[in-house]
Amino acid sequence: MTGNDWLQFGVYFGVLLALVKPPGDYMAAVLAGRAPRPSDPGPEMAWQVYAAALLAFNCLGVAAVYGVLRLQGWLPWNPLHLPGVEPHTAWNIAVSFATNTNWQNYGGETTLSHGTQMVALTVQNFVSAASGIAVMAALARGIAARSVNALGNFWSDVYRVTLYVLLPLSVVLAIVLIGQGVVQNLDTTGPVASQVAIKQLGTNGGGFFNANSAHPFENPTPLSNFLEMLAILLIPAALCRTFGQMIGDKRQGWALLAVMVLILVPLTLVVVSAEANNMEGKEVRFGIVNSGIWAAATTAASNGSVNAMLDSFTPLGGLVPLFLMQLGEVIFGGVGSGVYGLVLFAVLAVFLAGLMVGRTPEYLGKKIEAQEMKMVSIAILIPPACVLIGTAIGVVFPMGLSGLLARGPHGFSEILYAFTSMGNNNGSAFAGYGANNPLVNVVGGLAMLFSRYWVAVPVLELAGSLAQKKVLPVGPGTLPTHTPLFVGLLAATVVIVGALAFIPALALGPIVEHLRFIAR
Amino acid sequence: MFFAQLRPALLHLVLLTVITGLVYPLTITLAGGVVFPREANGDPDLIGKAFDQPRYFWPRPSATSPGPYNLASSSGSNLGPLSPELQKAVAERRARLGGDAPVDLLTASGSGLDPHISPAGAYFQAGRVAAARGLAEADVRRLIGEVMEGRQWGFLGEPRVNVVHLNRRLDGQR
Repeated sequence: MTGNDWLQFGVYFGVLLALVKPPGDYMAAVLAGRAPRPSDPGPEMAWQVYAAALLAFNCLGVAAVYGVLRLQGWLPWNPLHLPGVEPHTAWNIAVSFATNTNWQNYGGETTLSHGTQMVALTVQNFVSAASGIAVMAALARGIAARSVNALGNFWSDVYRVTLYVLLPLSVVLAIVLIGQGVVQNLDTTGPVASQVAIKQLGTNGGGFFNANSAHPFENPTPLSNFLEMLAILLIPAALCRTFGQMIGDKRQGWALLAVMVLILVPLTLVVVSAEANNMEGKEVRFGIVNSGIWAAATTAASNGSVNAMLDSFTPLGGLVPLFLMQLGEVIFGGVGSGVYGLVLFAVLAVFLAGLMVGRTPEYLGKKIEAQEMKMVSIAILIPPACVLIGTAIGVVFPMGLSGLLARGPHGFSEILYAFTSMGNNNGSAFAGYGANNPLVNVVGGLAMLFSRYWVAVPVLELAGSLAQKKVLPVGPGTLPTHTPLFVGLLAATVVIVGALAFIPALALGPIVEHLRFIAR
Repeated sequence: MFFAQLRPALLHLVLLTVITGLVYPLTITLAGGVVFPREANGDPDLIGKAFDQPRYFWPRPSATSPGPYNLASSSGSNLGPLSPELQKAVAERRARLGGDAPVDLLTASGSGLDPHISPAGAYFQAGRVAAARGLAEADVRRLIGEVMEGRQWGFLGEPRVNVVHLNRRLDGQR
């Protein structure tokens, strides 16, 4: 890395961390009904009601997107007269955008009308992000509650987060991006800036164009790239602060953020170093360093956007994004889902520590018992199961293999990447894999649904169960969860669980490729 | 319980669709068209073009189909460094350009629309363009220097030369 590479790297992470506090505090105030002006959040919901509201809302979201995609030919703002989308493709797109995955089995400019991009996809970019933040808020309230089953009101959370957090930030970012050259019109290239703004802020990542953020009309300058990279990690990072505020102990939020930074920063350096001098699939204006930071930041967060083609990365440079997703999208992760995912690992970490010393574990004053550990185990094991079973189906059936661009280990990496991305709600791709066929669309759609809701619903159950517990006083036997010791324990737990689940699969793909690459 | 939530779900979906799917993008379209009309409609200099005559600077290879630099279908090659296809393509480009061509001239961009080449990629072609046009190489190199863009704000991104802009200047236009 050159001196200027280090400078860009340092400025990016420095500015990101310097910006965390204000939006973090503001989101806590919005979720508490205190900002922008005091208002009544509506009746409290028990966890079952909160989960039912989440599922009902996202179900209707899938149905609405599916309907718009199928009927596209008859709907307005369709200058290219694009026809309705095939059923299996439409199913995959609808699930993908409602679950905040934004996996794309299509090329935007050749498949979707401007009307579809606005009314179906831009909307889900907002509300899937707001849904994730709502679940995180419910978990924080469950931890802070004392002996009640009340997690807040889902409708108030989604509405307030969309209108008072995501929308204002998107408006500002969209206008600035247009100034840099991102297009925004209805007759030729499309309403791109308005979608790009929320696609980055809401850890969505679905590109308006096939080339996503490598396209000069989505990301025209180094400055637009810098702002989009900030937008990718800003809310996931700030939500650590929000979580700390909501549970009444800011140090806990900082500890979660420290774990995220501790894992992301070194892995980012690995990508940037591995990609040295590999310009295939990269843009001159961004260069190696911004392509590397972007790849690491987007796969740490569950943001599926790319500003360089990951399929053309070196084996090691492609391994890191793959592994970052396989950690379960908890290193920054999706907006909301990153924090609640990392809290699951924190509960697992205190449980492991409790086993070592033979004490009943507790986290943030709440005793962790069999029921909580069941929910944590389900939520942590579901995404790896989705990934590995999906990959197995992809490599066994001829239709799964039919879309491969590469053969041998890289072909396996392409399929593993596809199901890792869908099974962790990320959305980025080794895009050489032509995944738009009924098998991958249907199986991948199920993987996206399971990994979203079979995590979110157990998290809400966990929240409900913690809410009903008494708060234990801190005693000499309490394991503090804000110390460097715990940060290390939590980071190790995340990495070890990810490695145990995936090293065998990685060995068949990118690790073999890396050995061939250095031996060539 | 689920069905009891369908009614508020429908209400919120409709309301938020109107706000974020119609009011928001349409307002941004109006505002963008007023404040930045040139950018909002697509600055043509941002999209590379497929120059292939010796008297023009050549852009980077493009993997769009059916032909290079097709704005209607942005795409990279998606070929990895171990791909025999990519190795063959790079060898052919190197044979055409000369053995010491900079890496950006040998590789396709992610979008297939990259309007830029590196300064090294531009200076590398200066001799050929000057000879084809009967100009002094020093004059062509000076023009490259005038068109070259530095890092934004002094440190963001990489120094680069916009090929569309440079070729327009070569043809004597602003």
